Amino acid sequence: MSDARTQILAGIRASLKRDALPQDRVAALETRLAGRPRGPIPARSAGLDRAGLVDLFDRQARSVACTVTRVATRADVPAALAAYLKSQNLPAEVEMSPDPDLDHIPWSAMPLLRIARGKPSGAEGVGVTSALAAVAETATLMIASGPTSPATMNFLPDTHVVVLPAARVVGPLEDAWDRLRATRDGALVAAAMPRTVNLVTGPSRTGDIEQKIEMGAHGPRRLHVIVVEDDGDV
Amino acid sequence: MMHATSNQFRANANAGLANPTLQSALAKMKVGFPTKRAEAVAKLPEFDALRDRARDIKNHVLENIDWYLERFEQRVTEAGGHVHWARTPEEARQIVLDICQRLGARSVTKGKSMIAEEIGLNAYLESHAIEPVETDLGEYIIQLRNEAPSHIIAPAVHLTKDAIEADFRRAHTHLDARRDLTEPQTLVAEARGILRQRYFQADVGITGANFLIAETGSSVIVTNEGNGDLTQLLPKAHVVLASLEKIVPTLEDASAILRVLGRSATGQEMSVYTTFSTGPRRPGDLDGPGEYHVVLLDNGRSALLGTEFQEILRCIRCGACMNHCPVYGAVGGHAYGWVYPGPMGAVLTPSLIGVENAKPLPNASTFCGKCESVCPMRIPLPKMMRHYRAREWQRDLTPRGARIGLGIWAWFAKRPPLYHFMASTAMAALGWLGRKHGSFFNLPLAGGWTATREFPAPQGKTFQELWWEKQRAKGRS
Repeated sequence: MSDARTQILAGIRASLKRDALPQDRVAALETRLAGRPRGPIPARSAGLDRAGLVDLFDRQARSVACTVTRVATRADVPAALAAYLKSQNLPAEVEMSPDPDLDHIPWSAMPLLRIARGKPSGAEGVGVTSALAAVAETATLMIASGPTSPATMNFLPDTHVVVLPAARVVGPLEDAWDRLRATRDGALVAAAMPRTVNLVTGPSRTGDIEQKIEMGAHGPRRLHVIVVEDDGDV
Repeated sequence: MMHATSNQFRANANAGLANPTLQSALAKMKVGFPTKRAEAVAKLPEFDALRDRARDIKNHVLENIDWYLERFEQRVTEAGGHVHWARTPEEARQIVLDICQRLGARSVTKGKSMIAEEIGLNAYLESHAIEPVETDLGEYIIQLRNEAPSHIIAPAVHLTKDAIEADFRRAHTHLDARRDLTEPQTLVAEARGILRQRYFQADVGITGANFLIAETGSSVIVTNEGNGDLTQLLPKAHVVLASLEKIVPTLEDASAILRVLGRSATGQEMSVYTTFSTGPRRPGDLDGPGEYHVVLLDNGRSALLGTEFQEILRCIRCGACMNHCPVYGAVGGHAYGWVYPGPMGAVLTPSLIGVENAKPLPNASTFCGKCESVCPMRIPLPKMMRHYRAREWQRDLTPRGARIGLGIWAWFAKRPPLYHFMASTAMAALGWLGRKHGSFFNLPLAGGWTATREFPAPQGKTFQELWWEKQRAKGRS
């Protein structure tokens, strides 16, 4: 309704006692948008090298009821996944995003592990995804949707396993946005911004019944991260 | 718009005080939320600097909000989505209904949205044969009870587990009546199972928005359950309900405010799911909604700009003010009689529905200042409640008894020598009368006080006398 639009904008300007912004103010706002100034960044992740960031991520992840396994190379991932499934009494059967990041892993090393690639079926099993970045500051995983990364894989399975190259662990959230921008030629406008960017910090939970925290409200009740310490330059 | 009973605050509050279920639920809330917040704040030395930053970002936005909204609209359109502008609740729900009807929708899932409460969306959709299904556990519970939320982030905070168990047994008659629901986990699992099917059945998914990002044209939701994500990813269309002031310039600005939001709300450093949604699914995407709509609701907000109430538009709906409020903690959220309870509600409700429809709310405060001291956006809530008290006085909305009492007090207060003489005489007399017990069990004109507690007898000098002594001492040194 263009009428409502016109009236709301006119109402805003009348309340602020001015017309539409003049050119110099607009230029200043454009500069601010392009410059993307950061606020105070918590010092907890400042100055850490890759090992320090992974340590911080690991510590923070455990504090939000997430579990973490660290493996040396991508060749160790299939065994780590199988061991995790066994430890949780889960069948050796997973659904996996068709993400090229996960193509490089030698899954055939675990012939008993059944893998269905594609979008999730809706069955409440185990879902495996990669992540674009991980924020050490708060143990937050950044997962962007796309043709090889269905967003529902982060929510429909009962257990979510994320394979995370250590090189993708950054300090603050702002660095994760920069990582996303770097994969999209800089500006996150129109089609360059993925339809869905999920920031995931621990497994699903609710406190809606007497503020007692219960896991697995609608999304996964378990979140497990396999950190690959040396995964080349991904 | 949702019907308001804010003018019956006194009766509502008395009902709350006499409700044992509510009192038991509030007793837990009053300890839980403030403790968790304090622990989270203690772990972040930058917390106060981030509050300043968050305040400054929103102040900057409010000064330039027309430009940011237009940029947001442009970005949403470029990403293949649609922005709809709504001046009133009526316009907003008509827009939502039109989308639902065009898609032939029979059932819609809903993530938590206070704007949906504000526009009375559920009742409206039902009256047009469309079934709204709340998917946030707390919202689902209160939908079963046909109640309004009593808290902006914990809608069912007024209920105990036993009350919820009774509701589930009443509503879920297709399940075995002998099933064990004694543990909260069993209730969570039952709701999860029922709602799982509803996500797949829904034609339209409706969510709110914690932020709108001008830079990218994204809407953002912050949840712990994941219901808002399944709500928006599985149906044909995702409809976002947001009020104008949710806009921020960049992803970096949202990131800064996110650092104070979770900590202030639940004491979490980050909520579990923070989701940035931009347009509909893209060519080749394996999932996601086919349509993306943002309904931008004004409903009186643009008129607050440039007034002494502009700062309430910084509110990010964390709930910290009500979690720490002694009045909210005593009477619960329903007493406030409309969508928004607690201190932020005591300012926002008169702002949106008119102070004549919410007269008691700005007065339901002792001005202890706790709300302002915990507000992540540094909103001066007591100051704004005082502005509303002044407006009520000017518009003759203040109750007659209070007007007469305040009139008498003001007559003396404007004559300082007389005021000081009367005050010191009265205090000396009260001190002498109360010298035996040190307090009074009843006192004329103070029955409201002495009905529930003793009134201490004044001792020594009055505040004014002490103040002047201090000033004289300062002058000498």
